Amino acid sequence: MRSNALGPKLLLPGLLWLLVFVVLPLLIMVSISFARRLPGGLIEWTFTLENYARALDALYLVGPVANSLWLAALTTVGCFVLGYPLAYYIARRPPRWRALLLFLVVLPFLTNFLVRIYAWFILLRPEGWIAALVKPFGVEMALLGSPWGVLIGLVYGYLPFMVLPLYATLEKLDFTLVEAAHDLGATRWQSFWRVIFPLSRPGVIAGAILVFIPVLGEFLAPKLLGGGKVPMIGITIEEQFLGRVQNWPLGAAMAVGLMLLVSLVLVRYFKQLKEARWVS
Amino acid sequence: MKICRGIARIFLILGLLGAAGCEGAKRPNELHLFIWANYINPEVYQLFEKEFGVKVIEENFDSNETLHSKLRAGVTGYDLITPSDYKVEALIQEGLLAELDLSKIPNFQNISARFKGLYYDPQNRYSIPYLWGTTGIGYHAARLPAPPTSWGDLFEPVRLQAYAQRISMLDDPREAIGAALKYLGYSLNSTNPQELEEAKNLLLTQKPYLARYDSETYDDFLLTGDLYIAHGWSGDFARARAENPEIRYVIPREGGVIWADNLAIPKSSKNKELAERFIDFLLRPEINAKIVNFLRYPSTNDAAKAYILPEILNDPGIYPPDEIVSKLEWLRDLDEANELYERVWTEVKSR
Repeated sequence: MRSNALGPKLLLPGLLWLLVFVVLPLLIMVSISFARRLPGGLIEWTFTLENYARALDALYLVGPVANSLWLAALTTVGCFVLGYPLAYYIARRPPRWRALLLFLVVLPFLTNFLVRIYAWFILLRPEGWIAALVKPFGVEMALLGSPWGVLIGLVYGYLPFMVLPLYATLEKLDFTLVEAAHDLGATRWQSFWRVIFPLSRPGVIAGAILVFIPVLGEFLAPKLLGGGKVPMIGITIEEQFLGRVQNWPLGAAMAVGLMLLVSLVLVRYFKQLKEARWVS
Repeated sequence: MKICRGIARIFLILGLLGAAGCEGAKRPNELHLFIWANYINPEVYQLFEKEFGVKVIEENFDSNETLHSKLRAGVTGYDLITPSDYKVEALIQEGLLAELDLSKIPNFQNISARFKGLYYDPQNRYSIPYLWGTTGIGYHAARLPAPPTSWGDLFEPVRLQAYAQRISMLDDPREAIGAALKYLGYSLNSTNPQELEEAKNLLLTQKPYLARYDSETYDDFLLTGDLYIAHGWSGDFARARAENPEIRYVIPREGGVIWADNLAIPKSSKNKELAERFIDFLLRPEINAKIVNFLRYPSTNDAAKAYILPEILNDPGIYPPDEIVSKLEWLRDLDEANELYERVWTEVKSR
């Protein structure tokens, strides 16, 4: 009884935090998105929809938005292909090994993302190590400033977000089920595909969401590794706020639009998952 | 419990006293600068601090727009800022700058006649030009078939082929579109949609040959050999050249951009007199020359030339000859027409 009465009170600090640092900034952004930009980047507080009309311009949709969706999807697939075997491997190690291996997965987080992207910058540049490795074979590698360079940086940066939820579900999995499957005559592939994989779906779903959504709005990796040649909506929004144009209302409208797009994608995603009976 | 509260109260009172003490005693002896990074020689601070018995505190901004939004948002506590030409105009219009008392800045007389009364502040009531520079083409001499002389070296596919994927353009709408406009023979400040359309097509033709759009690291990349040729600012190339003499800089024969950063005092400064003294100090010929010798940006100060290293003074990339200077153009703040530039830029970068 007593702990129940305490329950709602325990929520307070968290709620307050969310209110001040999530809801309030969001409200400010939404109100700026309806304001008007005055010459010199000043803001006039009115109610206008013209920012949204401009944000829907094919100019932004065809290039940056389409590119962001495409790259976010590729990043998610890339993280899954690399992350699933890794998470599976870690989950099958003895417990004391798992802690160490998991620590290694999150180790890069101890360094700032910007610094790590700069490291890739140095690896991928035309006179960098990767280019030097393939040069003897007569290949000119121009990864920096190409979508592939950006993809490498994104997969690298977001891999842990895929590995961790996958590990969490795989670790709890009862692997005696595999033995049971074998006993019933399943091949290794069948026991994986029909037993393990379906049971790890919650992890796959969570990992995909944790990778796809932040990558959709990512601007740091594409800006540095893409060299301004790989358009993504995150860069376009950032330039409205910090670039020479100083069009905060347009940037805010784009940001709100991106949020709506993400919600839309999520709703569709869950609908499809339901149809495929991946979630109940 | 009571004791705890008592102690807390004592600390509170001490804290308040301490804060009041700081406000009253320390403030007049501190000069707070809000300037570009690496824009004043640390040695110059020490000399000023010694001579005037004060402390200089530096904070940096990374773009004129950051400076502008901070001042506009009412951030106070800065005594001296270094806005660029077009931004001075906007800051004056919004009433964010304090009027200078030129009688307190006698060294203003050292400023070259060419830099007095520029378009954005015709009477120098609010700003004094400090350092200036140009936008042009930097390159690694040994890696190019021939030294570039024209914007055509950055825009004509026939020439671009020789250094494809080793070229960078400034990641700045006004600079990049401006370079294209200049190549086409138009003004950097064109607001003619037809001319801007031509500039856009030129930039789109150029894009596949580029390694990147870059305003920050192109000088390093020239030194490492990742880039052979780059669109950029004179001072950056001059510093790269100090490390490797193969790095050269040229202002294309069609002309380029001239810009100047200015010394100005925000209206909110509570230390205007000290700030004016500091400005006067920076304009002393020997002090000014120390800064130029360190930064390798040309100074607006004529009297300082006697103390500037000859290698800097005689470098046409740093101090361009008069016939080239006459072809340089200021980037004016275009206000409404900025939208045109923004649209062209977005189209170029989103394809």
